[in-house]
Amino acid sequence: MTGIQAWYTDISELFYKCFIREDRYKLLLEGVGVTIKVSLLAVVVGILIGMLIAMCNLSQKKLPRAIGGIYTDVIRGTPSVTQLMIIYFVIFASVPVQLDKWIIAAIAFGVNSGAYVSEIIRGGILSVDHGQTEAGRSLGLNAFQTMTRIVIPQAVKNIFPALCNEFIVLIKETAIVGYVGLMDIQKAGDFIKSATYEAFMPLVGTAVIYYVLIKILTLSLRQVEKRLRRSDAR
Amino acid sequence: MIKVKNLHKKFGDLTVLDGIDEHIAPGEVVVVIGPSGSGKSTFLRCLNLLETATDGEIYVDDQQINAPKVNVNEVRQKMGMVFQQFNLFPHLTIMDNITLAPVLLKKMTKPEAVKRGQELLERVNLAEKASAYPAQLSGGQKQRVAIARALAMNPEIMLFDEPTSALDPEMVGEVLDVMKDLAKSGMTMVIVTHEMGFAREVASRVLFIDQGKVMESGTPEEVFNRPKNERTKLFLSKVL
Repeated sequence: MTGIQAWYTDISELFYKCFIREDRYKLLLEGVGVTIKVSLLAVVVGILIGMLIAMCNLSQKKLPRAIGGIYTDVIRGTPSVTQLMIIYFVIFASVPVQLDKWIIAAIAFGVNSGAYVSEIIRGGILSVDHGQTEAGRSLGLNAFQTMTRIVIPQAVKNIFPALCNEFIVLIKETAIVGYVGLMDIQKAGDFIKSATYEAFMPLVGTAVIYYVLIKILTLSLRQVEKRLRRSDAR
Repeated sequence: MIKVKNLHKKFGDLTVLDGIDEHIAPGEVVVVIGPSGSGKSTFLRCLNLLETATDGEIYVDDQQINAPKVNVNEVRQKMGMVFQQFNLFPHLTIMDNITLAPVLLKKMTKPEAVKRGQELLERVNLAEKASAYPAQLSGGQKQRVAIARALAMNPEIMLFDEPTSALDPEMVGEVLDVMKDLAKSGMTMVIVTHEMGFAREVASRVLFIDQGKVMESGTPEEVFNRPKNERTKLFLSKVL
């Protein structure tokens, strides 16, 4: 047997052992489902919290500004894995609400992401020229109409790349949900590693799955951005 | 139509308007001239409440507009404003720029607003640009759209804040022509500008503002040919 053939046989045996035997690929598929569920809900929660905190930070009044400031400060100053465990083992353990594990995890990641998203949104709103607000107001629109119809649509376009970046970070961040007993992609890979005593194949497999997921997301978000940029045509 | 009594505006310690009394009658075309930093733009911006007067009273149609509890948005609907930097909404087509406010404020239905928008675009010679975006237009075209956008709300008064100052010289004429037509149609206009030729030709009255005060007021003939105030003479000797 030549070297290449031997290598090929080794690899396919490893592949069989790690992914096919005992239907181990099903673990990973399940993990993909969990990662996607948690990420999607976390993005939604993150944007909602982000908008709220951005409004607080942009407010003229002192109290909302203080709340927004403390929120951003605390969340950015502590590790997300600590936040996840506090929310899971402390906060949700002491309230009498029963929620699925993945929902609690998604809320924790949303709470974390919200702090970063709020800064992105705040920057986006400030990036729109003040003349736009003046033009809207001088036509007789009120502050809310001017914000929602004129400023925010332009801000969204400006912040879209930064938001996409935040979503990608968020997806990868969810790889720590194993800490609260959820079986996501990372945990599934880890599980296979322990079961087979093989490190290479399960870990590279995990990496490839994350990479493909994020590639798909990046490509589709790029399409959305192209549509947003229609009005820039000259 | 507009009455201004003892208008003061301060930015911190800096007094920009130092007691302006003025009465603008319906159909008047008032051109405001003066050196930069004299307060002429601030005066205009106080009229539609983009700046809050520090002291004094402003009346539009006998309603004091800088009193508490006045609906600012309703006051502004009576006054169209045209800015130096055009401030078109870059994410909307030209037609949507024009129809946004009348439709959102329920002044017109969408089809009515589009019909009116089409008429206004014809009036400023840009009928074929309805579906273009602002980035595709030249400066002069943008400013003509901005005028059409302000007119779409059927204002009683039009305010112009240095409408040609950001334009390339060859585009100034097309914007001034639109403004001349508007003046001929009987619109009440207040125009801050450095275009002295335009002021001479179109103004029914010229105000010279310096150091936050109206130094001289009169017909273009009076102000340009026989200025009484020393500051007016000095300013005109530099710009004419």
